Formats: sequence, C-alpha cells, structure tokens
Amino acid sequence: MNYIPSKFRNNAVKALLNVNLRKNLTRAISHTLSKRVEVVSELPDWENLRQKAHEIKKHTIENLAYYLDLFEERATKNGVKIFRAKDSIEAKNYVLQIARKINARLCVKSKSMVTEEIGLREFLEENGIETVETDLGEFIVQLAGEMPSHITAPAMHKSRDEIGKLFSEKLGVKFTNEPEKLTNIAREFLRHKFLNADLGISGANFLIAETGSIVIVENEGNAGLSTTIPKVHIAITGIEKVIPRLSDLTVFFKILGRSATAQRFTSYVSIINSPKKNKPDSPEEIYVILLDNGRTNLLKSERLKQALYCIKCGACMLTCPVYQRVGGHTYGSIYPGPIGSVLTPAQLGLRDALLLPFASSLCGKCFEICPVKIEIHHLLLQLRAQAVDLGFASWLEKLIFKLWFIVMRNYKLYTSASKFLRYLLKLGIKPKVKSWSKERIFPELAPKSFKEIWRNQKT
Amino acid sequence: MKIGLFIPCYIDQLYPEVGLATVKILKRFGINFEYPIEQTCCGQPAFNTGYWKEAKILAEKFIQIFSNFDYIVSPSGSCVSMIKIFYPKIILTEDLQDISKKSLELTEFLVKVMNIDSTGAEFDHTVTYHDSCHALRELGIKTEPRILLRNVKKLKLIEMENPEDCCGFGGTFSVKFPEISSDMAKYKVNYILNSGAEFVTSTDQSCLMQIDSYARKNNLNIKTIHIAQILSNF
Repeated sequence: MNYIPSKFRNNAVKALLNVNLRKNLTRAISHTLSKRVEVVSELPDWENLRQKAHEIKKHTIENLAYYLDLFEERATKNGVKIFRAKDSIEAKNYVLQIARKINARLCVKSKSMVTEEIGLREFLEENGIETVETDLGEFIVQLAGEMPSHITAPAMHKSRDEIGKLFSEKLGVKFTNEPEKLTNIAREFLRHKFLNADLGISGANFLIAETGSIVIVENEGNAGLSTTIPKVHIAITGIEKVIPRLSDLTVFFKILGRSATAQRFTSYVSIINSPKKNKPDSPEEIYVILLDNGRTNLLKSERLKQALYCIKCGACMLTCPVYQRVGGHTYGSIYPGPIGSVLTPAQLGLRDALLLPFASSLCGKCFEICPVKIEIHHLLLQLRAQAVDLGFASWLEKLIFKLWFIVMRNYKLYTSASKFLRYLLKLGIKPKVKSWSKERIFPELAPKSFKEIWRNQKT
Repeated sequence: MKIGLFIPCYIDQLYPEVGLATVKILKRFGINFEYPIEQTCCGQPAFNTGYWKEAKILAEKFIQIFSNFDYIVSPSGSCVSMIKIFYPKIILTEDLQDISKKSLELTEFLVKVMNIDSTGAEFDHTVTYHDSCHALRELGIKTEPRILLRNVKKLKLIEMENPEDCCGFGGTFSVKFPEISSDMAKYKVNYILNSGAEFVTSTDQSCLMQIDSYARKNNLNIKTIHIAQILSNF
C-alpha cells in the first residue's frame, strides 16, 4: 500500500476487500462507540459542555497570538524554555540540537501525533539516537514499521493474534495472544528503556496560558515516566493546543476521555510546571516546542480556522462511515478521517491532498459527534470550492459542469435538453457511467418529466 | 398564504410521480400553491463538488423565482438544506431575503406549519423509514415524517437498525468513490432487509435512488417509495 493521499482511492479499494482489516476495525470501533454512548448519556449537560468547549476554543483561536505570548511568558518564568518552530525542519533540528548538547543516546517517547507529523522518530534514529515509542499502541506500530491508523488508538487495525505474532517475531518471545501477557512483554521491554533514557519526548493535550503548564492525559503511565525519568524533557505540540485558564480543564476533561476512548476519565493526568534540579521525579530541563507547520494557513481563513479547535480525540474518525470501512492508513496522511481531511491540506497543500476533502458523503456524523462542535463536513465543502477555484478539477469534470450549468440557468434550454435526452433514449442511446454501474443500476429518465405532465394537465 | 412548490430537478426528470404525489397532498388540504415553471435546479450538485460560482448564480436565480411566496415547499430534505443551510454560505445576507426561514421540506411543512398529523392516506404494508442525512442532520427532521407515517391507515412502521446511517449516495461522492459508496449502500440495504419491512421510505428520493439501484443490481427484494407517495395514497 502506498501511504500518500493521492492514492486514497486505490488504497480504499484494497482496504474494502481486506476482510481481516475490516473485522478488526468493526470490532474496535463498535466497541468504543457503544461504550461512548453510555458514558456520554450519563452527562445530561453534554450539549452545554460541547458548546462551552467550542466557545473556549473559539475565543482562544481568535486571540491565539495573545495566549501564545502569555503562555511563553509564564512558562519562561517557571524555568521552561520555549521554542517556536515554523515547520517540521525547524522543530526537528531544535530537538537534535538539544539531544547533541546533552549527548543523548536513548530517547523515550510518549504518544504524540505532532511528532508523527514531523517524522521525529525516524529523524532521531537517522542521527544515531535510539528512539523508542512507549505508548503500547505506538510501540506496536513502531515494531511493525507502520504509521498509526488512528490518532488515539494507533494500532486499532490490528487483532491480538497479529500483535502476538509481531511480538514473537520482533522481540523473540513465545507467542501469546492474551492482552495482559502482551502488555507485560511490552512493559518489561520498555522498563529498561525508561531507566536508561537520556531524553524524554512528549506531546501535550493542553497548554495553560495563565500558569504556563503543560497538560498530558494518558492511560498507561508511560507519559509520566517519559517526562520524569530522563534528565531532559521536550514537549512538542501544535500552537492550537493552548487554552486560557487552568479551570478550563474542568470542561475539557469531561469531554476528552469520553470522546477519545469512551472513558469517564483517563487513568493519569500530568500537569507539568517547572524543572527541578536534583529531584528524582523531575527533569532538570524542560523545553516546549510550539509548532506551526501549516496551522497558520488555517488561521488565515475565517471559516477553516475552526479546524484549529480540534482537541485530537479522534471521535470523528470512529463515527465516519468512510473511515469505518477503509481505516486510517488509506488516507495516507498523519491525521486520517474527517478532521484529517481538513488538516492535511493545510499541511501538505491542497494539491497533494486533493482527494481527501472529496472522500466524504457529507453525512454530517463527524459534526454530530465532535466534542468542540467543529462543522467538519462544511469545512470539507469549503476545501472543495478552493480546489475548484485553484483549477485542480479534471477537464472532463469542468466540461460536464459547464454544460450542466448552461442548461440549468435557462429553463427553456432545460426543457429542450430534457426532450432531447428522451429522444436519444428512444434511439437507444443511454448515458454510461461505468464507475457507478458496477454495483448499481444507473437510474433512467422517466418517460415524461414532471414539467411536461404539469403543462399538459394545465392545458 | 401563498406556497411556492419546488420540485427538484432530479425528481422532475427521473421521478415525476413524487412531484405529482406532492401536488395531490397540497390539493387535498386546499393549500394555495403555485409551481413556477421556470425553476430548474437549486445548485446543490455544483455546490457540493466545489463549483460555488455556478451554484451562486443558480441560487440567485432561485431566490428571484421564489421571492414572492410565503413558503417554499419541496419533497426533498436535501434540496431544502441547500437553500436553508448552504445558500447563506455563498450569498450575502442582504441578498438572501428570508429564503432560509421560508423553505421547508414537505413533511416538516405539513406538521409544523399546517398542524397536520394525518393526511388520511391508507397503505396496507409494513414500512421502514430511512433518515436522510440532510433532512436529519442539517434540518433536524426526525419526528415529522414518523408522525405522518404512523397515522397512515393500515401502515405498520418498523424501525430498522441504524436508520440514521448514510445510504452512501452523497452526490458526486457516489461517482468519485463508487466502491465506498456502494459498500455503504450494501450495509443500508442489509438493515432494511433485516427489518422485514416490505417498503423503505424517506423524505429524499436521492437516498432511495441509491438504495434501489444497489438492490436491483444485486437482485434483492427491496421496494422503495417516497414518503409523499405513501402520504398521498388516499
């Protein structure tokens, strides 16, 4: 499979026929979605929470420069070093610079989509720094040499049998498919890495402007270990993750766990404020890299900037009928599914991600589930318009719409065309839409149009 | 009260019987309506595919044709959502007039404006109702068609599993990604078959077209019928 967005359709056709993949996806998704209904229905004020979260995000994104400056000021006061990276190259080089300075050999990473976005692990490995994913799902996809297929459940496309086989092949252990045993194998392997790591890298779920804090939620304790054992901790995160106040977390904590993993609350929360010298449970140095990498492209558009409200829960992917069928890899982008189809064009440019905004039936389930009420399906439409404006449509499509438009804007022409098509039909000439007709019968014109019947009735 | 009847272009060309059924219902309740003959398409196919300039011109034309009516009624949730929800995205507020407020899908119009909960129709069959995405998630229409269906004499309404799941049509999506679109139809068709109902109905003929096209190609015993055709069976 070729993991680039322009291969979406080819990848989708293969994925649709991949019985195993579809079984794994269906199992994981239906389990999470049904549990989600349970934990969401417990909160009678769910709709209010969504609205509140939306408003906090909206306010922050409207005043993003202010809150980023405030965060930088407060975090710097706490002794945290801030670096603003324009793109992935700047971010990666900065990390490497720190790693070289402390002569790092082994780096432990907790789960972070932003590091996937910039390809940090591969970059550090190329530069001779062993880099280990410590989130179980990420650890699995790293062993398999794959990309995550979902942003909060990276290995959801794999069954436990497949994971068991992978572990026995790559780690030389006896095959087992019991989740508990598999987890223990990973745990044992990773414990050595934690204890010997010089550098810990994490993402961030939220940055608190008023306190300069980094907030990380997780379930496995690996983020806690990654950010406390090594002497240096680098948090890399998108600029959109900042929120104004610590108290805003009371809203986001209620919606994030429920939306991402159908949990009332994640097992662990780390709120990291400042480095401390000579304390065993804190790094001596903390860095935060604030990554742009195309995000300000979204900020420029009055409508598309909504996409920056995203808290990366991944619920839109689970509920999307397209994602449910083809899985995350098919999209060929770091962020798959509905929101990914908005974020990826901002990152790679619309030309390279052209198919993604069109890969949706616009059913609106993504908006319905989104805990911060991003109108994802409407943003996809916006991007389609951009694509046509930029002239990315095929000549055939342009021609068809040109002709269609000429006919539709003039009802007399419309009436003549309607008669002409029926004349052709009588001669046995029918339109052929090959792609449509493989699994469906193409609909036929009625013998008489409504307009014709209406006119005849009147006279 | 003056009603403008909007018969979407694909209903005009492919399914005139749905238009006729709508007329029959309006006439039964003595509703004063007109069918402006110069109407064509609301512009949705262009809008959904990204041709907003073309869609905008058609939208302006549409607004001009329907500007003198108190309500615009149409047997399609999808085309009404184009007018109500998407016109404001391509047309300036001052040019929109009150077109968004005035446009209503047929069942919504009957129940909410006319306070009708029964059309007096009879239909001696089991029926399951498919929620069209646009009617449901853009317009919030869920109860209105069900109220009217429940009050059709002899009709037994059976809810299928996942009535709110998309049929997979999505306009140009069904042409650009036929494999995914057809797979979605396959699932929908199975929910319909499992419900055991004789007919599947909806506010939107475009969903029914997708369902029917898939079912016929695969020789499945599914009968589709637009809700207006059931409600006008008196």
